[in-house]
Amino acid sequence: MTATVFEFIGHNTGLLFQLALFQLGVSAEALAISAAIALPLGVWLGHRHRGGVLAVNVSNVGRAIPSLALIAVLIPTLGVGRTSLLVGLVVLAVPVILTNAYVAVEGVDRDVVDAANGMGMRPREVLLKAEIPLALPLIFAGLRTAAVYVVATATIGVLVGTAGTLGDVIYNQASYRLEGVVAAAIYVAGLALVVDVAFAGLQRLATPRGLRSTTDYSRLENVALGATQQ
Amino acid sequence: MMLAAAPQVVIPNFGGNPHSCVRENHTICWGWLRDNWSGTLWPALRDHVELTLIAIGIGFAIALALALLAHRHDRVEHPVSIVTGIIYTIPSLALFQVLVGIRAFGLSRTSVEIALVGYTLLILFRNTLLGLRGVPSEVVEAARGMGLTRRQILWKVEMPLALPAIVAGLRIATVTIISLATIAAFIIDQGLGAPIRDALNNGLFKTELYAAAALAVALAILADLVLLALQHALTPWDRRDR
Repeated sequence: MTATVFEFIGHNTGLLFQLALFQLGVSAEALAISAAIALPLGVWLGHRHRGGVLAVNVSNVGRAIPSLALIAVLIPTLGVGRTSLLVGLVVLAVPVILTNAYVAVEGVDRDVVDAANGMGMRPREVLLKAEIPLALPLIFAGLRTAAVYVVATATIGVLVGTAGTLGDVIYNQASYRLEGVVAAAIYVAGLALVVDVAFAGLQRLATPRGLRSTTDYSRLENVALGATQQ
Repeated sequence: MMLAAAPQVVIPNFGGNPHSCVRENHTICWGWLRDNWSGTLWPALRDHVELTLIAIGIGFAIALALALLAHRHDRVEHPVSIVTGIIYTIPSLALFQVLVGIRAFGLSRTSVEIALVGYTLLILFRNTLLGLRGVPSEVVEAARGMGLTRRQILWKVEMPLALPAIVAGLRIATVTIISLATIAAFIIDQGLGAPIRDALNNGLFKTELYAAAALAVALAILADLVLLALQHALTPWDRRDR
C-alpha cells in the first residue's frame, strides 16, 4: 500500500502539484476577501468595546455550519462553480478572523490605552500606534487558523463543480483508486501544514519586539482551535 | 459530481406523489416536510445525534486518559500532540475512504466512528491538558497540606477546577463532529448528510436540502447551548460575567 502510494505520487507529480497550486490560489483569494471583510469590522468593534456578544458568538455559529450543508445551500442560489466555493469558504473564514480580531483589540491592556491617551495621542493614533500593534499577534493567530481551515476545506470544491482542487482526486476513487486518494490526502495535509508554518512565521514577524516572549497565545486557543476540519 | 457510495438516482424520486410544489422545486414545500418528517428527516436527525454521541463519548474517554497521562508525565504531551494534530489535518472524506478500504471495517458505522473519534482527540486532549495545567499550584499545595492523597487531589481539586476548559473543549469538539458527521453520508446511509446527499443527487431538491442543513445547524447550536448550561450547572463557583 505505502509503496503504491509513493508510486502514484511519483507518476503524478505534475497533476498533484497543479491541483495543489490551484487549491492554494482559491484559498488565498477566499482568505483575502474574508480578511477584507472581517478585519476592519473586528478591529473597530474591539476598539469601541462594542458588540462582544455578536463578535464572539458569530464564530460559534460559524463553526456549527457543516461545510457540506453550506455549500449545498449555496448551489441553488449561486449555481455550480467557483463562485459557490469562494462564497462558502468566505462564510466559513469570516467568523474566525472576526472573533480573533475583536478579542485581540478588545483585550489590549486598558492601562496602555490610557497611557497613550495621556501622552496626547489622538484616538486614531491610539488605535494605529498602540492597540493594533499590541493586538497583531492574536489577529495573526486568527488569520492562521482561518488559512488552514480554508485550505483544508477547499477540497470540497469538487462537490460544487470547481474542478481543479485536490478534491478531484480524493472524491474520485473510481478513477484514481485508493492510492490516489491517500496520495491526495497527504498533499492536503501537507498543504495545511505548510500554510500553518508559514503563518506561524508571519505571526512571529508581526509580533512587536517587546512582546515576543510574553504573548499569551493560550488565551485564543479555545477560539481558534476546532476550526480546521471541514 | 462524484459521490462515493451514493445511490445513483437517475429519475428524480421525491417520494410519494409529487405535488406541483415539489415538481417545480420551490424553496420550501411544507407538504413534503410533513410527509417525510417521520420517514426521512427524523431518523436522519436521530442517527446524527447517535453518531455524534458515540464519537464524543469514546473520543473523550481516550483524550481524558491521554491528558491525565500527559499531566503526570511531561514526555507524553509532545508525541500525543503531534499524532492527534496530524490526524486532525487529514481530509475527512479521504480518511473515510481509507478506513472503508480496510477489510475489517468496510462500509460500516465502525469506519465512520473511528474517523470521527480521531477528529475529536486533538481538541479534547489539548483542552483537558490546558485545564489541568491551569490549576494554580497553591491550590494543589493547600490540598496536599490538608492531607489529600494524589488521587483525591486529582478528582476533588484538579478536575473540578479544570472543568471549564474541559467543557469548552467538549463544546468545540461536539459542534465540529456534528458538522463533520454530515460527510459520513458518503459511506453509510445515516445522519443528516444522507438527505443532503439525496437532495444533491435529485437535481438539487431544495426543500430537503434546506431542511437537512437547517437541522444540522440547529442541532449544533442546541448542543453548544446544552453543554454551556451543563458547565454552568457543574461549576457554580465560576459565575462571573460570562
